Amino acid sequence: MNKRVTFDNRVLPYLLVTPQIVITVVFFLWPAGQAVWQSLLRQNPFGTSVRFVWFQNFEKLIGDEIYYDAILVTFEFGLLVAFASMAIALFLAVMADRVIKAATAYKTLLIWPYAVAPAVAGVLWLFMFAPTVGIVAYALDSFGYLWNFRVNGGEAMALVVFAATWKQISYNFLFFLAGLQSIPRSLIEAAAIDGAGPTRRFWTIVFPLLSPTTFFLLVVNIVYAFFDTFGIIHAVTAGGPYNATTTMVYKVFNDGFIGQDLGSSAAQSVVLMVIVVTLTVVQFRFIERRVHY
Amino acid sequence: MVENRPIVTIISHALIWLGILIVAFPIYVTFIASTHSLSDVVAAPMPLLPGDLFWENYGTALSAGSGAVSGGTPVWFMMWNSLVMALAIAIGKIFISILSAFAIVYFRFRFRMVFFWMIFLTLMLPVEVRILPTFEVVANLGLLDTYAGLTIPLIASATATFLFRQFFMTIPDELAEAARMDGAGPMRFFKDIVLPLSMTNIAALFVILFIFGWNQYLWPLLITDNLQTIVIGIYSMLNVGDNEAEWNIIMATTMLAMIPPVLVVVFMQRWFVKGLVESEK
Repeated sequence: MNKRVTFDNRVLPYLLVTPQIVITVVFFLWPAGQAVWQSLLRQNPFGTSVRFVWFQNFEKLIGDEIYYDAILVTFEFGLLVAFASMAIALFLAVMADRVIKAATAYKTLLIWPYAVAPAVAGVLWLFMFAPTVGIVAYALDSFGYLWNFRVNGGEAMALVVFAATWKQISYNFLFFLAGLQSIPRSLIEAAAIDGAGPTRRFWTIVFPLLSPTTFFLLVVNIVYAFFDTFGIIHAVTAGGPYNATTTMVYKVFNDGFIGQDLGSSAAQSVVLMVIVVTLTVVQFRFIERRVHY
Repeated sequence: MVENRPIVTIISHALIWLGILIVAFPIYVTFIASTHSLSDVVAAPMPLLPGDLFWENYGTALSAGSGAVSGGTPVWFMMWNSLVMALAIAIGKIFISILSAFAIVYFRFRFRMVFFWMIFLTLMLPVEVRILPTFEVVANLGLLDTYAGLTIPLIASATATFLFRQFFMTIPDELAEAARMDGAGPMRFFKDIVLPLSMTNIAALFVILFIFGWNQYLWPLLITDNLQTIVIGIYSMLNVGDNEAEWNIIMATTMLAMIPPVLVVVFMQRWFVKGLVESEK
């Protein structure tokens, strides 16, 4: 990672990195350190006394059923969103790959949801599914299904999954289409000459060759579902009903800002940091080696 | 494809169009709702063809906001705040990243790798995991509800720095050598050679970062009060307690919140795709 030709200057390089380093230290490293430190403290509800409690906040988390539920909800939500958005995107990409001439036009028609803010995507779906007002809720009503995601936890989960999936399809579509277009035609032709039909060719040649893309997207989608969907959950369900859609990120926010339980919120932040670090390492370790274009 | 079976091609087209229609359906419903009166929108089933209140609803939203929110902020002001935030984040990130990447690639200096790893760490610290302490830092600096507080904490970016570093590594050494031989200093080399060569990368990053900035949610939710961005504005229009949510105005605002980033993606598609692919490497 070194250049052969470099410039000599004693001061200039430090000046050049200063803006980024200052912002990194003040707004990233210092707060992250604070989070770790606060996770070892406990405050009384009025914030008048602070005690150092070692790992008690973490011990409390381990025994906390509500936190346990939040972990389950997070994984359920993440896997549903990743699976649904990747399956739909792969299907559309395979179709688009068949009609190569029109693929570019279709790309334009499918990529724009990427630009929609998660919270706004949530509001779009909220409006269609709002009890008594929403058009889909009305349709379900007339089929005899009483839809009300404000009391039914499963329905609330379904709604946030729809919104999060809808927004993510475009991203996955783009990468799957690029992956499909990089598969050598000769392989597929050879299989066709050997008499393999489209379905057989897809499962025995195309899908295995796509596996680096699929694996990469799986990690990206899980990161997206864990962290970037806060807006959807906050705007649509506020974690409810009865914590049915309270993910780990939402709970950090809720316990810290609404519940004012700073120690527990900080301990949860630390748990999240560990998850992010793990996912980042996975992404760098495995993806760098496995993706060949 | 390999076989030339027209029926399969037709089915493929049809299935894609079905997908496109399903993906576009929420937007269609939103647009329709934004052109009707509130009573039409909430009377289930809502109409499925455009109404005649397009100008009125969008005008009300832009100039006055939602009446159901006490002291409703006009949407034009929210859009202005979002624009300031998106531009400041995009330009700020590109600016500080290109400088630090230039320093790290083209100089040998003490603590170079320390700085590099510090920047790398930010990749692992999304704002969602350090909400409270970051809020406290900004509050202590007296930056709550200011444009500075809204944007500066989001400006540091490992991704942009890596992207520029990667790109600088591909610039042939001969260029730097020639520049040095001609007596150009490092900043002259940066301005006359590195910057022009980086333009496509800058454009690609700008598209991605503009969308990233415009769509921010958690951070403005925490620190803004009067400087509401449009995404947060929609949230406060929805959460009106006992008042009835003004769905027609909310839906008009939602359309307005989507238009700028969607236009950027559609019209700068080439750079958008490049930015997306490169920033994930």
